Formats: sequence, C-alpha cells, structure tokens
Amino acid sequence: MRRLDTPVAFRGGGFAPIDRPVASVATLVAIVALWQAGASAGVIPTLFLPAPVSIAVALWHLGISGELWKHLSASLARLAVGWITGTVFGVGMGLAVGLWSALRSPGMAVVAALFPIPKIALVPLFIIWFGIGEGSKIATLAFGVFFPTVIATAGGVDNVPRSLIRMGQGFGLSTASIVRKIVLPGALPAILSGFRVTTSIAIVLLVAAEMIGAEEGIGAFVLAAGNLYDIDNLMAGIVVLSLLGLTVAWLIGLAERALLAWR
Amino acid sequence: MTAGLRLSVSGVHHAYRDLTVLDDINLVAEPGEVLVLVGPSGCGKSTLLGIMGGLLQPGSGSVRCEGAVADDCLNPLTYVFQDFSLLPWRTVAGNVSLVLEDRLPRAACAQRVREVLALTGLADFAGAWPRQLSGGMRQRVGIARALAVRPACLLMDEPLSALDAQTRDLLLEEFSDMIARARTTTVYVTHNLAEAVRLGQQIVVLSRRPGRVREIVRIDRPLAGRGPADPDLLALEADLWRLIRDDAAAAERERIDAPA
Repeated sequence: MRRLDTPVAFRGGGFAPIDRPVASVATLVAIVALWQAGASAGVIPTLFLPAPVSIAVALWHLGISGELWKHLSASLARLAVGWITGTVFGVGMGLAVGLWSALRSPGMAVVAALFPIPKIALVPLFIIWFGIGEGSKIATLAFGVFFPTVIATAGGVDNVPRSLIRMGQGFGLSTASIVRKIVLPGALPAILSGFRVTTSIAIVLLVAAEMIGAEEGIGAFVLAAGNLYDIDNLMAGIVVLSLLGLTVAWLIGLAERALLAWR
Repeated sequence: MTAGLRLSVSGVHHAYRDLTVLDDINLVAEPGEVLVLVGPSGCGKSTLLGIMGGLLQPGSGSVRCEGAVADDCLNPLTYVFQDFSLLPWRTVAGNVSLVLEDRLPRAACAQRVREVLALTGLADFAGAWPRQLSGGMRQRVGIARALAVRPACLLMDEPLSALDAQTRDLLLEEFSDMIARARTTTVYVTHNLAEAVRLGQQIVVLSRRPGRVREIVRIDRPLAGRGPADPDLLALEADLWRLIRDDAAAAERERIDAPA
C-alpha cells in the first residue's frame, strides 16, 4: 500500500477543439507572406513558382481585360447545373434507398458498382455520348456528384432515430408528412456534410472536363496557360479555383448555420 | 377533450423470433378509465402498448377500439413517449403543432397551440428549442403535443421514467389532475408502483416473460383524492410489490444469466 499526499491535478482538458476564424485567415496570410518573402529573396525560383505579387498582377490584368469573367462565368454555369443535377437525383435516390426496402439493395448495388470508377475516366465516354459541348461536361459533374450524395443521404436517413418515425406514425402522420417533417430534417446534417464533399468533387471534375474539351472555363484557361508556359496566368487560374472552393465552402457553412440552428 | 373510447385486447400473443414476450393477453380499458400496466422488466408492457396503439402487429389476437370520438379529435389513439420523442429541429410550438398544421387552418392551429401551451405551463417557451429545456419541460411538450390532437385515448409509455425524482413527483400530480379533468381513456405503462396506485383505476399486473395477465386490481376511488402518503394506497403498493417481487428478481437473474 502507498500513501498519497498530493494536490489533485486537473486532467479534464482537451478533446474540445474550438474554431478560430482569425487563426484560419492568419495561417493563409502567413503562408502567402512566406512565399512572397522566399520569392523576393530568390530562395523560390519564380520561373517555376511565381511570387504572389506576380500572380495578383496577372489576376488584375485578367480581371480588367474581362477574360477572367468569361472563363469564370462559363465554369460557374457548368458547376451550378452539374452539381444541382447530381444533387437533386442523388438526394432523391438516397431517400428512396434509405426509405424503401424494394429499392435499398438494388440501389446500393448500383452505387457500390459505379461509385469507385474514377469519373475522369468517363469523360471521353461522355463526350462520345453527349458530344464535345456542354452535355458531356455537365454529365461528368452530375455523375460524380450523384454517388456521394446518394451515400450521404441514405446514411443520413438511416441515422434518423427510429423513435421519431414511430412518433410520427403514432400521431397518424401520412408517409409524405413523415418524410417531409421527420426524415428529411433528420437527415439534413448528413446531407449538408455530403455537400462539402460533392462541391469539392464537382470542382475537380469541372477542371478535368474543361481540360479535355472546352474553349472557355477555368480548366481550359489553366491548360492553355500551361501549354504556353505562361506560369503567372496558370497560377492565377489555380488561385481562382482555390477561391472558388473557399467561397463554396463558406456558402455551405452559411447554409448549415441557417438550416441547423437547432443544434 | 373527448372521452368515450373503449379499448379491448383479445387473445394477443406476440414473439420476437423465437422469444415469446406476450401470451394470451385479454383486457379491457373502459371509456374514461385509467388502465395501468405493471410488471417486471422485460414482461412486454411496452410491446403490449405498441400493439394497443397499432404501432406493432401482434403475432395473433386483436385490439379493438369502440366508442364515440369528438369531431375535433385529430388522432384518437395518441402516444406519450418515454424518451419524449421531440423533433430537435422544431421549437416547442413547432412540436406541438406537428399534427395540427396538416389538418387545421392556420388560425385554428395557432389558437389550439396557444391553448395547449397555456394548459401545460409552456406559454413562455413557445419559441424555445427542445435542447434548451429540462427533462421535465420536454415531457410537458410531449404531453402538450398529445393534448393538442384532442385524443380519445392516451397511451403513455413510462412517461416519467426518464425524469429525476422531484420532477417526477411534480408531473405525476399534474398528470393526475389532467386525467381526472379530461376523463380520457388512458393506458399507462410504468415500473413504478407508486405511480400505478396514484393513477390507476384498473391495474393490470403482468407476469415475467412471457407476459401474461397475472392479476387485475381495481381501485374504486377518484384520482383527485389520492395523495402520496395515503395509507390505503401505500398498502396496495406493498401488495402489488409482493405480487411482482419474485418475478422481478427472477427476471433480473435471467437478464444477468443471458448470454451477451
């Protein structure tokens, strides 16, 4: 036996990370500042990685010449149509798979078989099916967004507490009311989390599709700049894609705060 | 509120795969009567309530409800759940109006929500989220939601068991007053024999699994006069405990002995 005679040390801290938006911004600013300092000091070869100031100047010229908006608007239109199409069908299929036994096994079998296929590999096929125009690009995006949306939605539906559905049944709610008032809101956190993933996937596929067969769009612009060894404009295109991703993530964050205020 | 449903259970048998949980259950809750189901853990009380309310399909046997239902009754057989089953994404008023908003005009719905919130002492909490409420307040919302549909029969599945002792005592008094006033047919499942004797007019004692009706005890006294220290009720509670005790101990041993 041993005798204890010490103050009780606090050991209950940690495991509760806090979001600090200022730290996020400061980190990005610090990386850009270090990058600029490295480029100015000659540590980073600007022939291969231009300085942030050069990229900003290239962005400025692209902005005032109207070229940036031409490419960005084409990409945004494809992103919006492709993502919304994939999301609408994905949420519908996810709900169906999550709610009805008749569709669950067949639906999940199709998802399991097709989800692992790299969607970029399907771009040439979609060009054959839908032509080199907008159809193939939108199909690529929609197809890429569809499967993760099905999985996120079906998972969300599965996680809606059964007791709440029983409550709805006990109160005589119709199936449509139970889906609208209980299942969909209950699955919404998982669906919105899925949106974070699917928007990123959509941006990746957008660039890939635009690199394969487009004259306008950020992907086409980046590819053209690379072919011309115009590295400032190439990096400007990449920065635009990064800003696009950040903006989309911010919009989803806003939607989460608005729709999930009850949490 | 409406009164007048007679709920009768005939020859109900139910099993989960090979495990028989209810065997040959026959009982009747008369219109306006409070029927309390008691019995050891695992005897099938909640299963029987699920069958009585149509949420579970019995293996055999039937449940029948007969009687007059008022025109403003939106859901004759209405549950109050042990875990409250509130929708966390709806406010208190939103939870209470869950059923009403599909079936009543907007103004009538708002009026009924206001009435029920006032009746259950929740008028100041209409805009609160469930997560902001204590357990007792959440169960009040559950009660308010049930009362809002003007039920003809209340099915209450251990509505006080998730609450602390003080809140339980307070809500038990309120339940007693509410049920006495409303005279709605009520089926009330509980482990707690004190609750059973405070509320029950017919106490159905189930045996351990498979649950069978072991004894039916009737208390012909108005709910209004029943207090926690009433010697007759305490004696009855002791009698009930003697009835259940051996079964409860055996059920507990079965649970410990059961393979994981």
